[in-house]
Amino acid sequence: MTITLSDRDRARLAGEEGEALALAMRLLVAVGEATGADRFIDVSGAHIDSCLYHGDAGLDFAEHLARDGVSVSVPTTLNVASLDLLHPEIFRGDDRLAERGRRLMEAYVALGCAPTWTCAPYQLPDRPGFGEHVAWAESNAIVFANSVLGARTDRYGDFIDISAALTGRVPESGLHRDEERLATVVIRLDGVHDGLLDADVLFPVLGFVVGRIATTAVPAVVGLPSSVSEDRLKALGAAAASSGGVGLVHVVGVTPEAPDLDAATGGRKPVEVTIGMDELRRGRDALSSSLDGSLTAVSVGTPHASADELRRLVRLLDGRTPTAPLYVNTGRDVLETVPDVADALQATGVTIVTDTCTYITPILERHDGIVLTDSAKWAYYAPANLGVEVAFGSIEDCVESAVTGSLVRDDSVWT
Amino acid sequence: MDVSARFLLGDMVEGSALVLDEPLSLWGGLDPTTGAIVDRLHPQVGAVVTDRVLVLPAGRGSSSSSSVLAESIRIGTAPRALVLTETDQVLLVGALVAAELYDRLCAVVVVDPDHGIRDGDSVELTSGDDR
Repeated sequence: MTITLSDRDRARLAGEEGEALALAMRLLVAVGEATGADRFIDVSGAHIDSCLYHGDAGLDFAEHLARDGVSVSVPTTLNVASLDLLHPEIFRGDDRLAERGRRLMEAYVALGCAPTWTCAPYQLPDRPGFGEHVAWAESNAIVFANSVLGARTDRYGDFIDISAALTGRVPESGLHRDEERLATVVIRLDGVHDGLLDADVLFPVLGFVVGRIATTAVPAVVGLPSSVSEDRLKALGAAAASSGGVGLVHVVGVTPEAPDLDAATGGRKPVEVTIGMDELRRGRDALSSSLDGSLTAVSVGTPHASADELRRLVRLLDGRTPTAPLYVNTGRDVLETVPDVADALQATGVTIVTDTCTYITPILERHDGIVLTDSAKWAYYAPANLGVEVAFGSIEDCVESAVTGSLVRDDSVWT
Repeated sequence: MDVSARFLLGDMVEGSALVLDEPLSLWGGLDPTTGAIVDRLHPQVGAVVTDRVLVLPAGRGSSSSSSVLAESIRIGTAPRALVLTETDQVLLVGALVAAELYDRLCAVVVVDPDHGIRDGDSVELTSGDDR
C-alpha cells in the first residue's frame, strides 16, 4: 500500500526542512497508510489538543519540535491546557504540574499556535465553513466541526494534530471522504415526551445514549425538533464523542448534511435502533455515580460555555449567591465578548474558569461528597480524572443546588 | 493461533491476552502511572494492562489517548501490544511517538472482529501472518 506524496511532502519526509517536519511527515504517512488513504490533501486550519499536560511524553515531543524553530503553516488554535492563565489563583495543583503544564503551553505558542485555550474553537469568530478541510483534535470539537458546521476533519488525536498544523497536510481518509460521512446507523426517537424534547437536559443524555449505540459508526438521529440550537448540538456531540468514538452525528432535519434521512444515509438502509423514555432514563441514571451525599461543588460549562449559556446562568441565578462553590468553564475570547455577564457572575460569587476545565486540572476545593454537573462529558470523565462522585442534572438543577447548597433534581421532564 | 493480523507498528506480538469487553478511552480510562483501567463505567475497571497483549474492540472518546498511551509506554506501564479490530489512528500515533522518542515498542495490529482470542490466551502473532 502506498500513498501518493507531493514533491514537498517527499522533501519534508527526507528531512530537507529539518527533523521536526520529517517527524511530522513520518507520523502523517503512517496514519495515511494505516487508514488506507491514496493521497494527501491541504487543510486550511488546525486545532491542537496536545497542549494539555498528561505526562512528560507530550512535553518531550513538543519541545523536540519547538527546538527546531519551526512554525505552523496554517492558522492553528489551542485547546484547553493545565493552567488558567487569567485566573492563576484558582489552580490547586503542585509546583511540578504547574511548571510542566506551563512549559507545554509555551512550547505550542512558540510553534506559532494562537493562545485561544478553548475546547470550543467553533465559538471563535473564524470558524471553518461548510466543506472546508481542517485538522481538528479534541473529540467534542471534531464532532461539532463535522456535524454542525459541515466542515471536514478526521478524528485526530494528540501529536498528529500539530503534525498537520506544521505541514498543512493530512492523508485523505476517514471523515474527509464523502462516503465515510454517510450515516451507518439510524437512531430513531419514539415516544419521547414533548417536555423533554424541549429541554436542554435531553441533549447530553441523548448524546450519551447515541455514543454507546454508535461506538465508532456515523449515526443519524431522527425525531428531534427541526430547530435545535448550536448549544444543544454541542452537548449532544460532546456526549456522543465521550461514550463512543463518534466524530460525526447527523441530526435529520437539522444538521447541514442531513436535510432528510436519505441525504444522511446516501439512500442506503442502515440498521435502525429505536430509543424512547426508558433508554433515556437509563442513560440519565448512568451519568450519576452517586445521588446520596453532601454537595461539595457544582460545575457547568463543559464544553466551554457560549455567551448565550453564560447569559442564561446569570438569568437563572437571578441575583442569588451560590452557597456551594459554582464553577463555570468558558473560553477567554467568549468571556471578552460579554464583560457585563462576567461582572454579574463574579458579583454573585461564581468562579469563572478559562483556559482549562475543572475536570482536567486541580481546581475544585474538595473531592469528597458529590459534584453536580449538567455536562455528560464532565460526568463521564471526572470520576476517573479527579476521584470524585458525580451527579448529573439539568442546568436549572445545577443553579438551584448551588444556591441551596444541597442536591436538587427536578424529575418532572423524565416521568 | 491462526489469526490474520495487519501490523501497523512492529512485526511480532507475543504474550498474555487481556481482552476488553467494551471499547476504552485511554484518556480518562487508563492511569498511565499504574497501568490500571480507571473508567468506572467499564466492565473491566481495575484490570492492569501492563505487559499484556491488550485486545480492544474499538477506540473510543478522547483525542488525548495518544498522549496517555505514549506516556504509559515512556513510564513502562503500557501493554506490550495493542490488538485492535479496527484501525485507530489515535492509538497508533501514541505508540509511534513513543517509539520515535524513547525507542520503546508497543506493537499495534489490526485483526478481524471474529479473532477468537480469549482473555488469558497466550497470543503469538507475526507479520508473516499478514494476508
